[in-house]
Amino acid sequence: MAKCVDDLKVVGNKLLTEDFCVIEVESGKKLPEFRPGQFVQVRIDGSPATFLRRPISIHDVDFGKNRYKMLIQVLGKGTETIYRLKSGDYLNVIHPLGNSFTIPDDKSKILLVGGGCGIAPLLFLGKQLKARGFEPDVLMGFRNSSRVLEIEEYSQIGDVFVTTEDGSLGEKGYVTNHSVLTSVKYDRIYCCGPDSMMKVVAEYSMKNNIFCEVSLENLMACGFGICLCCIVETTRGNICTCTEGPVFNIRELKW
Amino acid sequence: MVNLGINIGDLHFKNPVLTASGTCGYGTELDDFFDVSRLGGIVVKGTTLEPREGNAYPRMAETPSGMLNAVGLQNKGIDYFESNIYPKISGYDTNIIVNVNGSTLDDYISLSERIDRLEKIPAIELNISCPNVKKGGMIFGTNLQSAREVTRAVRAVYTKKLIVKLSPNVTNIVDFAKVVEEEGADSISLINTLLGMAVDINMMKPSLSTVTGGLSGPAIKPVALGMVWQVAKAVKVPVIGMGGIMTASDAIEFFLAGASAVQIGTVTFIDPAAPVKILEGIESYLQRKGFSDIKDIIGYINH
Repeated sequence: MAKCVDDLKVVGNKLLTEDFCVIEVESGKKLPEFRPGQFVQVRIDGSPATFLRRPISIHDVDFGKNRYKMLIQVLGKGTETIYRLKSGDYLNVIHPLGNSFTIPDDKSKILLVGGGCGIAPLLFLGKQLKARGFEPDVLMGFRNSSRVLEIEEYSQIGDVFVTTEDGSLGEKGYVTNHSVLTSVKYDRIYCCGPDSMMKVVAEYSMKNNIFCEVSLENLMACGFGICLCCIVETTRGNICTCTEGPVFNIRELKW
Repeated sequence: MVNLGINIGDLHFKNPVLTASGTCGYGTELDDFFDVSRLGGIVVKGTTLEPREGNAYPRMAETPSGMLNAVGLQNKGIDYFESNIYPKISGYDTNIIVNVNGSTLDDYISLSERIDRLEKIPAIELNISCPNVKKGGMIFGTNLQSAREVTRAVRAVYTKKLIVKLSPNVTNIVDFAKVVEEEGADSISLINTLLGMAVDINMMKPSLSTVTGGLSGPAIKPVALGMVWQVAKAVKVPVIGMGGIMTASDAIEFFLAGASAVQIGTVTFIDPAAPVKILEGIESYLQRKGFSDIKDIIGYINH
């Protein structure tokens, strides 16, 4: 699938919290065939502090309208600039980048596990799974109830389970402590979130012999395999997260 | 019609815009964005005799108007290059130049001999300036005697065009330029990255796994331009300028200061079609200014 540079028009910016928003953009061209798990590289102009593009997950896609959404968490100057965009503004991107989650051929029982902003690629994945007849469950972990994002959106995919670290919503603790893991037997887990969370999910999946893919968020300069900065140590050696990932089977990773 | 062609000895470049090593992969990574054959040349990823895994993550830190990298010459080695990459890229209608690296003098010699036999590679760029490897690299490029020895040794075995890439991390880069010219370099390229570092104040540790790395991007352009100007005045061989070129205007500054060609590097990470945009911008500048040949502006400010 060919990568390209495109200027996208902002058609919506839904502010979720003080530091999260969902930005929707539209291309004047037909969108490439995005697959769940892929990302885009967003150019941020206007400050010497935002020299490089920012890699952002594809959160949801409307192929009919040539639109897609990105879930943004403000972490620095670059994401702050995106957070402040308004309808009618333009955003220069390189897309689509990276590999994707593997969608099974069999009738697997699937769990999507997301933490914080890491839930982003799981909405598009969940919708694609549902369209193919799967009934995935969703397990999301947040710090507290004020940080909980987009539950209604994910409810369209399947049953949603939540943990918060302080117990202010759902079960108290981390995603790997949630009771659904003992009551349902899953064949596959797809996970995206902070490294610390993905590592415990990977450990849980290994121990219980569950197929598991994680989506990494390594720092990168280019996003298409020329800078060799975003590498991850794997059984195949150091490889680029941007071209060989961001989605990896946990058995490949040297965690 | 503007003539954009330049020569290094009898090696012709259809235009003076090349990609810089480590910022264009092997050219194929850019195929989606533009036709690589439009460029004067591509300098492919730094290559070594044996495969190298490079340095540990994190290898990159964004800095004001630039970035630090500490990739550490990750590549699959010359055997893999010969059998898997060379066949794929030898069809490009442009000069393919291999950036040659080693930990020892013998490495540089053996690798240059191997590449000499590859028909479609008309030149090598001898990298004696990589700041991100423990052995070799910049050690050769920051000591005059070592720079002399490695250039002499490679010149003795390499029959095609030899470009030597200099490090800016020295007291007087002109001394190095003169030494490599004396030892038979056909061209000199500069600058490699500047040694630098960044600290993550939240984690309270260095941003790079190697602590220090190489700074590139527009932050280094004035330094690069100053050095290109100094070197171009001091040597007779063509100079290839690089360091922070983002636009055609930046590239033109290098030509006016004495560079015969330019390499486009870090900007390609942000705008993958930048090399070809810069090429087009140079051509329209020459037309606008009424020049019919790129050679008319090379070193213009020194006339």
